[in-house]
Amino acid sequence: MIIQEPDTKGYYGPYGGAYIPEMLHRNVEELQANYLEIINDNGFQEDFINLLHNYVGRPTPLFPAKNLSSRFKTKIYLKREDLCHTGAHKLNNVVGQILLAKRLKKKHIIAETGAGQHGVATATVCALMGLRCTVFMGSKDIQRQQPNVLRMKMLGAEVIAATSGNQTLKDAINEAIRYWINHSDETHYVIGSTIGPHPYPDMVARFQSVISSEIRKQLLEKEGRETPDYVVACVGGGSNAAGAFYHFISDSQVKLIGVEAAGEGVGSSNTAATIAIGTEGIIHGCRTLLMQTPDGQTKEAHSISAGLDYPGIGPLHAYLHQSQRASYYAITDEEALNAAFDLALSEGIIPALESAHALALLPKIAFRPHDIVVVNLSGRGDKDLAIYQEYFSHDNHDK
Amino acid sequence: MINKITQLFENKGKDILSIFFTAGFPELNSTQSIIRALEENGADMIEVGIPYSDPLADGPVIQKTSAMALRNGMSITTLFSQLTEIKKEVHIPLILMGYLNPVLQYGIENFCRQASRCGVSGVILPDLPIDEYETIYGKYFESNHLKFIFLITPDTSTNRILQIDNLSTGFIYAVSSTSTTGKEFCFSPVQIEYLNRLREMKLKNPVLVGFGIHNHETLTAAFGNARGAIIGSAYLKCLIEDNKVETVTRKFFNRLKSTIICLYN
Repeated sequence: MIIQEPDTKGYYGPYGGAYIPEMLHRNVEELQANYLEIINDNGFQEDFINLLHNYVGRPTPLFPAKNLSSRFKTKIYLKREDLCHTGAHKLNNVVGQILLAKRLKKKHIIAETGAGQHGVATATVCALMGLRCTVFMGSKDIQRQQPNVLRMKMLGAEVIAATSGNQTLKDAINEAIRYWINHSDETHYVIGSTIGPHPYPDMVARFQSVISSEIRKQLLEKEGRETPDYVVACVGGGSNAAGAFYHFISDSQVKLIGVEAAGEGVGSSNTAATIAIGTEGIIHGCRTLLMQTPDGQTKEAHSISAGLDYPGIGPLHAYLHQSQRASYYAITDEEALNAAFDLALSEGIIPALESAHALALLPKIAFRPHDIVVVNLSGRGDKDLAIYQEYFSHDNHDK
Repeated sequence: MINKITQLFENKGKDILSIFFTAGFPELNSTQSIIRALEENGADMIEVGIPYSDPLADGPVIQKTSAMALRNGMSITTLFSQLTEIKKEVHIPLILMGYLNPVLQYGIENFCRQASRCGVSGVILPDLPIDEYETIYGKYFESNHLKFIFLITPDTSTNRILQIDNLSTGFIYAVSSTSTTGKEFCFSPVQIEYLNRLREMKLKNPVLVGFGIHNHETLTAAFGNARGAIIGSAYLKCLIEDNKVETVTRKFFNRLKSTIICLYN
């Protein structure tokens, strides 16, 4: 049976593990040895649930999207993670990890960020808890995501530009890891997705699993059944999808669909569709699928959405793909942009470009009228307005 | 045939100097001239760095040389053919050092076979987990007579050091402080205490110390407290400033030799 938890060494089938240099061993081992005990502690759960409820704004609504449903002749629900404080699901994981870091007596929090959502979430919780916060962000992303850089600074975080490599998310992660090696005392690295060495993929998936646990309860109220027919979510590193799939993984009748960013097309050189074109290897301390050259050098990813612009994929997803428990599709930049405008006009919700990839899948599947389809709307689109505006002015959207 | 690393430690009791360089930098074909220059100038051992796109444990110098080496077109296949050509000329041990992924893509078993064929004596892969070496990959290194060298840091627990000593076959690479490569610092009492602690553990493998060794003071401290020292970034920094391999290497060693002479003669 396919289960959502890795083995004790952090493997989901052949994927996962902790491929780290000795300099990181102490910190990673400290997490491996303590994370489950801390997370399962009653006091921790009380604090976590309390903050999710009163600070993050959970539970988020499960919204029956009637206009979309009638268009696609099926029953579509949107899980409104875009309504979380700071505008995306990212905060669920950050609250959990920072509560955990406090229990490990860490004083300084570091994080990487691509689009800036995870950086903002981390800066937010650090401000709340009175912890020092340093966020690494690729120089290119700093240029294209200025509003989020300003938000982080207003929240008291220090933003450090990653100037190595392609100066995007992958390089921000490299810089964060190097900083962690050089400041291993008292520093906790809050990874923002289900990637990295064990226990990060499992830890992040557990904190995000609140999404699927709420969907079950909400569906029971609305439909008299706990499980939908489909769960659809976008996948970069895979944290919102991991959270949305988590409590359905062992219900084999629920079809799980992950949507990657095809960029300019899966066959083009500008893509982030790791599952479509990736091969097995190691990236950021984890054995998984990644986009790489035959020589094992990581390729640069491309997606219009900075949050999906990652050349790897969380090991849980590599495993769900390999075992055929979930299926993965790729959506182009263009298709995602169109889906974002469609949702804005049909339901009055401006989605994040990342989440728009999940929405763009809807026309591609032959749903039946009585199917229940849950789309995880992982974030809101405010951060993407500049891109939407550019598209709007260039294109034929003067409807 | 006896492994050259074993031979080195049998023949030389102290002040062993190992130099790391990134293969493919400054030019794709610099590998052979660098190896020749290092041996001529008195290096006891050479670590040949396999460039990787995401060198997590490396500071700015090795990041830069790795990126340039990759732009120059360096790959494991090219490196092996360069090493094969120079094989007969090299008398000191060569060690390949790199990250696991390029080696995995090449195929570990084939990598070990080819490395051994072109005269390599040992391998360092800092992100290969100990237990995977023990249960999966160790046999390929052993059957090809390659020493496998593990890293330890001041944070590595005594039990883990003993476990690593048990698995290591060439020497132990003691990282001077928990940091990325090339971070220049002075040896503090903490590091001296750490190296003393290692000596008192009477490990079966000799200990070389690396990371941050860049001047008279740090080399003195390394030689005084371990069997030898490993220098990487400090040498590569000179090659970044001036890419004439022979002159740069000679000047670099002259500086190091004056250190060694004033210490021990």
